[in-house]
Amino acid sequence: MGKYILKRLLWMIPVILGISFILFSILEITPGDPAVMILGESAPPDRVEALREEMGLNEPFLQRYVTYVADALHGDFGSSYRTKLPVFDEILSRFPTTLKLTVGGILLVVILGIPLGILSAVKQYSVFDNVSMVAALILNSMPGFWLGIMLVLLFSVKLNLLPATGVNGWNSYILPCITLAAGMMASVVRMTRSNMLEVIRQDYISTARAKGADEERVILRHALRNALLPVVTIVGLNFSSLLGGTLIIETVFNIPGLGALMITAVRSKDIPLVMAGVLFVALLGGFINLFVDVLYVYIDPRLKSQFVRGKGK
Amino acid sequence: MEEKREILLDIKNLEVTYQNDGETVRAVNGLSLVLGKGETLGLVGETGAGKTTTAKSIMGLLPKKIGKCTGGSILFEGQELLSMDEKELRSIRGEKISMIFQDPMTSLNPVIPVGEQVAEALELHNHDGRTREQIEARVDEMFELVGIPKARKHEYPHQFSGGMKQRVVIAMALACNPERLIADEPTTALDVTIQAQVLQMMTKLKEEMGTSMIMITHDLGVVAETCDYVDVVYAGEVVESGTVEDIFEGKAHHPYTAGLFHSLPSMGKKKERLTPINGLMPDPADLPEGCFFHPRCPGCMDICKRKKPDDIRLGTQTIKCHLYGKEEPQGGCAD
Repeated sequence: MGKYILKRLLWMIPVILGISFILFSILEITPGDPAVMILGESAPPDRVEALREEMGLNEPFLQRYVTYVADALHGDFGSSYRTKLPVFDEILSRFPTTLKLTVGGILLVVILGIPLGILSAVKQYSVFDNVSMVAALILNSMPGFWLGIMLVLLFSVKLNLLPATGVNGWNSYILPCITLAAGMMASVVRMTRSNMLEVIRQDYISTARAKGADEERVILRHALRNALLPVVTIVGLNFSSLLGGTLIIETVFNIPGLGALMITAVRSKDIPLVMAGVLFVALLGGFINLFVDVLYVYIDPRLKSQFVRGKGK
Repeated sequence: MEEKREILLDIKNLEVTYQNDGETVRAVNGLSLVLGKGETLGLVGETGAGKTTTAKSIMGLLPKKIGKCTGGSILFEGQELLSMDEKELRSIRGEKISMIFQDPMTSLNPVIPVGEQVAEALELHNHDGRTREQIEARVDEMFELVGIPKARKHEYPHQFSGGMKQRVVIAMALACNPERLIADEPTTALDVTIQAQVLQMMTKLKEEMGTSMIMITHDLGVVAETCDYVDVVYAGEVVESGTVEDIFEGKAHHPYTAGLFHSLPSMGKKKERLTPINGLMPDPADLPEGCFFHPRCPGCMDICKRKKPDDIRLGTQTIKCHLYGKEEPQGGCAD
C-alpha cells in the first residue's frame, strides 16, 4: 500500500510538469503584453521595452519556461505583476475562504445526499421517493449561477435572512455552499438510490435477512458499504471540480476567494499568479484523487488484494 | 413408521402468488409437505416449479409488495408462521430456521470478513448473553467443523474458492444450532468433487446436531444420497411424495416423476437418446385446467383435462394422478 501511494506521488510529477507546460504555452499565445498591462495603454514604447527586458520577456519561449520551472523548484513562483507580492502569499491568503466554501459544499452533499438516497431506495415508489427524485432532477438541471441569484433574491432581498454578498461570519457561507452543492447533491441522491436498489436485490442481502437481521441492520451494515463505492468516486472526482466551480459562485456572491483572484489574474495577464494558481489547484486535485483511491480500499477489501497481487509481480 | 414421526414443520395447501405488471403469477398452488424431526426432505422439481418460493415463504423472505401468501398455512412447532409479524419472524430466522442459498459466490457480503458474517448470526440471537470471546470461540468451532482453518476467518469472501465459500455459508447457517435447515440447491454452483465433499459434510453435521433439513434440488443424485423423504414438485404443487425408497425403487409413480427418471442418462442401458419430458413447464400466469401436467403427460386421459386429481395414498407414498384411482394401479406410465 505504501509503495502504491509512493508510486502515485511520483506520477504526479510528470502530470504537474505537463500541466505547467500546456498552461505556459496557452498564456504565451493569448494576446496582450504584460508590460503594457502594468504600465497602462498610454505608456511610452521605450519604457515598455525597458520593462520587458527587465522582466525577461524578450527571452525565447522555451528558455523562459525552463527558467520558470527551475525557479519554481527552488520554491520561487515569482511575484504578481499587479501587486508585486509573492504569488504564494496571495494564493494562501485567498485559499482558506475557497476551502471553506468547498468543504461546506461537500459536507452538504454527503450529509444530505447520501441519507436522502438511502431513504428513497428503501421507500421506493413512495411519495417521498417521487418527490425527492423530481427535486433531484430539477436541482440537477439548474445552472449554479442562476440558482445562486434566485437564492439571493429569496433569502437576502425578500426575506432579509442571510447576507447576499461578501464574507462576514459563518452565515454568509450558507447560500454559496447551497448553490455550490445543489447540482452535485442531486446526482449523489440519484446515484445512492440506484446503487442501493441494485445492492438490495443481491443474494447476500437475503442471506443477512435470513440470519434474522432487521431492516436497519440490513441497510446500514450490509447494503450501504457496497452501494457507496461509486458514490465515493463521484464525490471525489467532483471535489476537485468544485474547487474550480467556486469560480462562478465567488463571482455571483462577490466572495474574495481563490476563484475571484484567478479571474482577476487572467484578465490582467498576471502570468505568475495564473501559473501558480492553476498548479496549486491541480496539485490539490491530484492529492484528493489519491486520497479517494486509498479510501476505496477501505470500503472495498477486494481492491486491496489487487494491490497485493500487483506488488507480487 | 408414519406414527413415529415428530412433526416439526407442517405446510398445508400453501398458495403463493407474485403480482407483476398486473399479471398474477401463481408460483405455489396448494403445496403441502411435512417435515419430521431429524429428517431430510428432498424437494425435487424443474426450474420454476416453486421450490425456492416455498422456501422463501417459510423464511418470510418473499419479495415485499410483489410476493404474497394467499392461502394455506405453515405450522412450525405448532405456531403459524404466516400470521407472525416481522419481529417474531426475525427471532425465528437464523436461530430456529436457517437457510443456505443457491449460490455461494453471491450469498456472502463482499465487504465483511467471513468470520464476522458467521458471528453476526450469533450476535443477533444472543439470548444467553455470550461475551465477544465466547462468540469468537463459537465461530472458531464452526470454522473447524466445516473444515476451514480458523485463522482464515479474518479474510474476505473473494479470498475463498467456491467450495470454501459454501462451507462458510453452511457454518453461518448452522452457527445457532437451528432445528431446521433449508438448503436451496446448496451444491448446484459447485463442481462435482466439491459437491460430494459439501454434501458429505452437511450430512455429517446434520447427524451431529440433530437438524432437520429441507433439501431443495433438481439433482436426483443428491436426493438419493441425502434424503429420507422426497416430494416431487410440479407447477407449485407436490405431485408425488414418499420415502426415498418409494421414489427410487417403487413401482408406481406419477408420470412426471417417471419422466424425470427417464430423462437421466443411465450407465446400465445403452441408449442412443435420452427420453426428455416433452414440452415446457406451464406458464404460472396461465395454468391449464385439470391436472397441471396433462399437456405434457404421455398417459393423458379425458378426465385429466377436466378434473384436478386428488392425492392417492399407496402405503407411504402419495401420488396426485388419475391413473391411480380407487382400484389397483394399472402400471400405465410408471414403467
